[in-house]
Amino acid sequence: MKPRYALFGTLAAVIAVPSLAQTKPVEPPGGRYAKDAEQVFRSSFRVDNPKYWMSRLDQDETMRLCGQYRDNPPRKIGAQLEKANQATIRYPVEGKLIGDWKEGEKLAAVGTGGHIGFIQPDPPGRLRGGNCYACHQLAQKEVAYGTIGPSLQHYGKTRGNSEEIVKYTYDKIYNSNAFTACTNMPRFGLHSWLTPEQITHIVAFLLDPESPVNKD
Amino acid sequence: MIQALMRMLFGSIVAGACIGSVAAQDSKVADELAKYREALADGNPADLLEVKGEALWAEKRGPRNASLEQCDLGLGPGKLEGAYAQLPRYFADTRKVMDVESRLVYCMVTLQGFKQDEVTRQWFSKPGKESDIEALVTFIGAKSNGKPINVPAAHPEEQRMAKIGEYIFYRRSGPQDFSCAICHGQDGKRIRLQELGNLTTREGAGTAMKTWPSYRVSQGAVWTMQRRLIDCMRQARWPEPDYLADSIIALETFLQKTATGTVMETPGIKR
Repeated sequence: MKPRYALFGTLAAVIAVPSLAQTKPVEPPGGRYAKDAEQVFRSSFRVDNPKYWMSRLDQDETMRLCGQYRDNPPRKIGAQLEKANQATIRYPVEGKLIGDWKEGEKLAAVGTGGHIGFIQPDPPGRLRGGNCYACHQLAQKEVAYGTIGPSLQHYGKTRGNSEEIVKYTYDKIYNSNAFTACTNMPRFGLHSWLTPEQITHIVAFLLDPESPVNKD
Repeated sequence: MIQALMRMLFGSIVAGACIGSVAAQDSKVADELAKYREALADGNPADLLEVKGEALWAEKRGPRNASLEQCDLGLGPGKLEGAYAQLPRYFADTRKVMDVESRLVYCMVTLQGFKQDEVTRQWFSKPGKESDIEALVTFIGAKSNGKPINVPAAHPEEQRMAKIGEYIFYRRSGPQDFSCAICHGQDGKRIRLQELGNLTTREGAGTAMKTWPSYRVSQGAVWTMQRRLIDCMRQARWPEPDYLADSIIALETFLQKTATGTVMETPGIKR
């Protein structure tokens, strides 16, 4: 055995000892300055930002833990967060989860809305969309799509539109963290970024056989 | 002219991308974007601003009628070659980690006698209203062209700021649950057609940091790194940071540290 391999063998043996078998947790961002960092971040905003703008910096448990674990929480914590997020999901009053795919198509393309600050804020009342194309491929005709999320082309064609799939799709858009804690995808329903009704339109855009997501 | 070129190229991206498989579409789009960038690089409007910045640097101005030629950007008074590439850094005279913009403003205040709120009022340009800071930073940045970024963050204060920057990079908040890492923590992703750098790697952070300040075609203006990062926070739907805030300098320190070793190519030109 060459010395290098001998060393490797020793290391492997040490790692195999049960008490050391767990992988070392990744250091939370900021390390020992994390507390300090929170204070620096919070005090770095213009004093004339109204209070209701500043409240956007508040973190819920999901945001806080996702940051701490660099969006890759241990499974046990991930499962807890998923359960807590699942419990937040609310449905439209009428109970119908599939809306109008044409409305959904519009919402999927809209990336404006919700910008604040003094330099380039959105005018009041500016339409907020789902901005799905920023991260997902959807209808074939739209080539300007992002790749942060998976392609959703033929989403309904490949999955069908069983009650289970419809509910999953609605739930996923309402609160993505109910399924994958710390996913990159926003929680559109939880933050009231989209209304339950708007979410049903996007569900239709994804699932309706007539929607360009499935037809082309 | 540039906008006409943009329209023409975007048209060909769309036309070209409609044919062929998804994979072919992707590479076609990437090719067209690369060609577009190449076309833009030939004659960067930022070059004019660089010339203006050079004149402003040497001009005697302010209540003290002094130039900025004795300004110490970290390598000694008046030493500009490579200065941008080694910022942010700790300065003993202010006992603070400062970036190029906060240091420049410090020099305008201490050497030229300007009031800070006076010189920072126009920290970025608006249509018809130019910004001296933008011009000066473009000039200072260009003096690091060809120099490797060098922010090892060895001083305890620099180390602290780099860690604070790392914390902010991963911190999620706002109505879209955003953090910097959401878009800039993975390799090879795009938002719409815009390629996203993985800023947690040297290559990704290097590609991002080496070209600032940069002329932004979509904005018709040169953006400094402060402007870039303050706009990132706007995109995250957060409130607006102060110009020269420590959170921005911390992010810059984190990114420059990660990018260390990458050779500067500035002023850049971007979408």
